[in-house]
Amino acid sequence: MSIQAAETTTTAAGYVLQAENLAVATLGGKEILHGISFALTPGRVLALVGESGSGKTTAGLACLGHFRTGLKHTGGTIEIKNKYEEGSTDVLSLPETGRRGLRGGSISYVPQDPALSLNPAMRIGDQILEVLRVHGYGKTDAERRERLAGVLTDVGLANDTAYQRRWPHQLSGGQQQRVGIAMAFACRPEVMVLDEPTTGLDVTTQALVLQTIHGLAEKYHVAGLYITHDLAVVAEIADEVAVMLSGDVVEAGDVKQVLYKPQHRYTRKLLSAVPDLAGRRRIGDVTAITGDMPVVDPETGKANSSVAPGLAAPSAGGKHTAAPAATSAAAPEGTDADGNLLSVKDLRLAYGSNQVLDGIDLALTEGESMMLLGESGSGKTTLARCIAGLNDTFHGSVSLAGTELAHGTRDRTASERHRIQYVFQSPFSSLSPRRTVAESVEVPLLMSGKYSKAQRRTMVTEGLDQVRLGASYLDRRPGQLSGGERQRVAIARALVNAPSVLVCDEVTSALDVSVQASIIDLLRTLQLDTGMAMLFVTHNIALARHISQRLAVLQKGQIVDLGVTGDVLENPQHSYTQQLLANVPSM
Amino acid sequence: MSTLESGARSPEETPEAVSKEIETPPGLFRRMMKQKQAKIGMVLTGIIVLVAVVGPLLLPWATGYTSTEFSGRPFQPDGWFGTDNLGRDILSRFLDGGLRLLIYAALATAMGMVLGAAAGMIAAYQGGWLDSVIMRGNDVLLALPQLVFALLAITVLGPQGWVLVTVIGITHAPRIARVTRSAAAGVITEDFVRAAEMYAVPRWKILGKDVLPNITGPLMVELGLRMTYSIAAIASLSFLGLGLQPPTAGWGLMINENRIALMLQPWGVILPVAAIAVLTVGSNLITDALARASANVEETK
Repeated sequence: MSIQAAETTTTAAGYVLQAENLAVATLGGKEILHGISFALTPGRVLALVGESGSGKTTAGLACLGHFRTGLKHTGGTIEIKNKYEEGSTDVLSLPETGRRGLRGGSISYVPQDPALSLNPAMRIGDQILEVLRVHGYGKTDAERRERLAGVLTDVGLANDTAYQRRWPHQLSGGQQQRVGIAMAFACRPEVMVLDEPTTGLDVTTQALVLQTIHGLAEKYHVAGLYITHDLAVVAEIADEVAVMLSGDVVEAGDVKQVLYKPQHRYTRKLLSAVPDLAGRRRIGDVTAITGDMPVVDPETGKANSSVAPGLAAPSAGGKHTAAPAATSAAAPEGTDADGNLLSVKDLRLAYGSNQVLDGIDLALTEGESMMLLGESGSGKTTLARCIAGLNDTFHGSVSLAGTELAHGTRDRTASERHRIQYVFQSPFSSLSPRRTVAESVEVPLLMSGKYSKAQRRTMVTEGLDQVRLGASYLDRRPGQLSGGERQRVAIARALVNAPSVLVCDEVTSALDVSVQASIIDLLRTLQLDTGMAMLFVTHNIALARHISQRLAVLQKGQIVDLGVTGDVLENPQHSYTQQLLANVPSM
Repeated sequence: MSTLESGARSPEETPEAVSKEIETPPGLFRRMMKQKQAKIGMVLTGIIVLVAVVGPLLLPWATGYTSTEFSGRPFQPDGWFGTDNLGRDILSRFLDGGLRLLIYAALATAMGMVLGAAAGMIAAYQGGWLDSVIMRGNDVLLALPQLVFALLAITVLGPQGWVLVTVIGITHAPRIARVTRSAAAGVITEDFVRAAEMYAVPRWKILGKDVLPNITGPLMVELGLRMTYSIAAIASLSFLGLGLQPPTAGWGLMINENRIALMLQPWGVILPVAAIAVLTVGSNLITDALARASANVEETK
């Protein structure tokens, strides 16, 4: 007993929180965490990295002594150093009341979505004060108010009374998240557990929030546990990293060592899947498009066939044998006078006084891939939907191969509908849970009314084949598929129409980074194979060189920068693009 | 190393991972039947339905009388459960009186479901002025008490079976439309409905094939609930003399006919009351279990 106690004090000397052999299982007996260990040091941030389902959030919540319903603690300890006395306490051996005392006081938690975690019917000042009151911080309300003003300054918000009296809905997403951090930081905790606090934020806002967290940790000697799936963010904020894979920590160590000299195979695989702005890495099997190898010759706008097969070659295998043949077989119908397949002219759309799109001019040539980059609220999804005919309230024109298209899909001809295809953002929403994969994919074929049942079946199987899903998927339902597989099915549904333009609306934003890599890889391969043009809508600028030859930057409904991807990235013309580029976290 | 490979989520998933994913969760019905109260409800409902369906076939073989045949003097303890106010055999009338009630209730519920689900889905899908017209019309119908509306219609049109069914069906519809609209509104914002629109799928097909299958959970619950109300409404109207007309045997009617001799010959009231009570409790238990089972789907989805 005494030996054990001595041991803990010595090992915990530098640490404020130490998890040892932590094991968590479902009530059904399936182990979620297989005995993981990590330690947090004051003033340093440990990043817990892993893909969805790796158990990183479970581990983070366990530090607060909390297990989600259906989970139970099966082994291991979490020692936290006592605040006012020597020694340490095992959080998990405390009764529920003891744990409640710790939470918000010694250990605090910042949840992922600030909009959901703040009470919309309570002023932000009162919400922070409530935390202070509950934990008995300070003796009087005046003292607590002083702390409230202090903590708001610490997270970089205004601390005047008018600001404190604001409602959560009067703040931006980044400000809401900083209020969340202020709440977590109010009682001067030793440990802060941050659960993907920047996932829903724009890069610019994300950079600010990351700065805030890093500043707090350093200035006040707080230990941070930062749970994330984004390795580029890790490089920005963390001092140490622990990489998790299905309930195990497979690699841990200093951030420089893990990110730049990864030892474990999984870490290497994960790192290779992260898209980088410079396009040095290959994500998936296909090399990044760099300035040296444009797939489309910017002069003529025609697919550069001498480069295209060469580009596909490194991936080797029989996988891309169709590429050279398909490039020439493309272009079933002509382009307009300017050589453009799809052109958007002076597209405007307003909801009341809110001008969502303000005169968009855009053109896509055959076989070209263009990235449409914009932050949330820039109107990028609206634009994509206008082009696909899902939003028919706009003014201006969308033309395909020289013919102006009707605004709504129902007014377009069947062949026009087939030629422009749209892939939705979330594969969790774009497939009906009650339809099988085959039923979902054959909808467009059924509507064309041209094919027999057997023909449709063959075409669906071919479509699934193109997205690397076998015939065994035909009769499954979306509930039985992973996110990546669902997105492949959604892409297959677009492909069975043999489109000449594929509009991809944030198709990878709901997916893990390695799945994202495989989807990007797939889209690139398909584009080469079929020669279709692609409009890739995204907020993730790091993907630019991996998917696009040209890049359009959208801000507040206007295109502020448009050009060959490499040129835009190297010489951004507009201050907004420059600012975006400066804020991108990189490794 | 094997854990590494299975967890690395390569595009080619390992066989174990695939087979794990194929394992489907049990269907709505099986999840419902796992609950004890669903089993009890099934047994209770089953007994009464069996009596109602088989009963008329047993006459006059089992009791010696048909349901309208006079067997003796009123309110006498002849036969198993005695005679009623006109001297007819109570058991015969009881056995004969359930089926019509159940059929009317089922028809009225079905009619309400069809009308209400269609109105609710159209309101949710179309939105705009049509939504307002349908839902405000609903509110007007809801403002009228169900029984008062039925009384009015039956007084004007006469107490025929089809009037009974139509009136109760129509009074159910706005309540069902409300539930349908709110359930459908959640589904309609999903992208798969947008996708169907993109492929110019006809609107009625979108409602029938994309929206309806995804709101069956709440609709089934509503179905069970409305069935209970239909039974109660038809029995009450019969009791008031506005439903089934004498000399037809009907459970509601029997209560009214025999209530004057409740102390003397109680079976004429107790049998139909017990049957209606057991049926109502049974179908409510099933509905409850169904609601719980379908709520679980949402959680695990």
